[in-house]
Amino acid sequence: MSASNEWPLWEIFIRGQHGMSHRHVGSLHAPDAERAIKNARDVYTRRNEGVSLWVVEAKHISASSPSDKGPLYDPAKDKIYRHPTFYDIPDEVGKM
Amino acid sequence: MMTANEALFQFLLRQGDNALVLGHRTSQWCGVGPVLEEDIALANTALDLIGQTQLWLAYAAEVQGEGKSANDLAFLRDAYDFRNLLLLEVPNGNFGQAIMRQCLFDAFQVPWLTELQTSSNQQVADISAKSLKEALYHWERSSETVISLGDGTEESHAYMQAAVDFCWPYAGEMFCDDAVDEAINTAGIAPLPSSIRQTWIDQVESVLSEATLTKPNSDFAQRGGRDGIRHTEHLGHMLATMQVLQRSFPGATW
Repeated sequence: MSASNEWPLWEIFIRGQHGMSHRHVGSLHAPDAERAIKNARDVYTRRNEGVSLWVVEAKHISASSPSDKGPLYDPAKDKIYRHPTFYDIPDEVGKM
Repeated sequence: MMTANEALFQFLLRQGDNALVLGHRTSQWCGVGPVLEEDIALANTALDLIGQTQLWLAYAAEVQGEGKSANDLAFLRDAYDFRNLLLLEVPNGNFGQAIMRQCLFDAFQVPWLTELQTSSNQQVADISAKSLKEALYHWERSSETVISLGDGTEESHAYMQAAVDFCWPYAGEMFCDDAVDEAINTAGIAPLPSSIRQTWIDQVESVLSEATLTKPNSDFAQRGGRDGIRHTEHLGHMLATMQVLQRSFPGATW
């Protein structure tokens, strides 16, 4: 089978519990979005991992280029004042 | 005259054996499914069915009252003691045929288990309520796949038409009421299977038409599975593989 006959690739995101955000867990092949959700249910939620699924066709994701990592990320390295590590967070706030 | 207990035992064997035999057949796809995602989905379906088997056969063993377990019933009975539908024991054939069989069975399971949720027998009602959630997902998956493949390419359409033509004569057995069904119905445990037939026909017709497939024009039904009188030659071979470990090493556990 040639590559053009294959089902497109989908990236799968699962929300583990209410109040948390969706996290990327992996990818799979499926003919359309509905089937991608069903396949994700079978491939990634067999052990009760989630309460919500997102699927995104991989071609719709734009990624930063590894060769740009100097200009993109290095300038943030020496700006310690951007980290809110000097605050005491009360326990009642919960997970941030 | 059949006692109430004997009728209940036979009814539970039918429930359990349907799940066990289709579960085992479906498990045979493990590692050889057409695509990775479908392979895992089929394995999940098989596990759902084996889980349902454990519940039905454990209750059957309790009703039988001979001190046996669900495992004894699954692994130490011969073909003529099985009470599953013939449709479920015939070999998988190709993927289209297997998914068509699953679809025809799911179209029965969903209304059937829905009715059983209000059984006068609380254990039957509880097992059915639990199994129904799984059956609904199986139905969603199998009916959509039948539609995609039937209304797919010329080649997939041909495979699916051959599949429904093959499965059709076996499907009618689901609705052939007998003395066990009458006794169970009188006791308020389950409706007569024939009372589900119209719902089943409607569901199946709608899927087949969306799949651009032709419903076979015959009411002929192969019988002999759910009463154990005449299983196909395939069940014995399947059981030989399924039961070999317990037959060779009686009582083996892990």
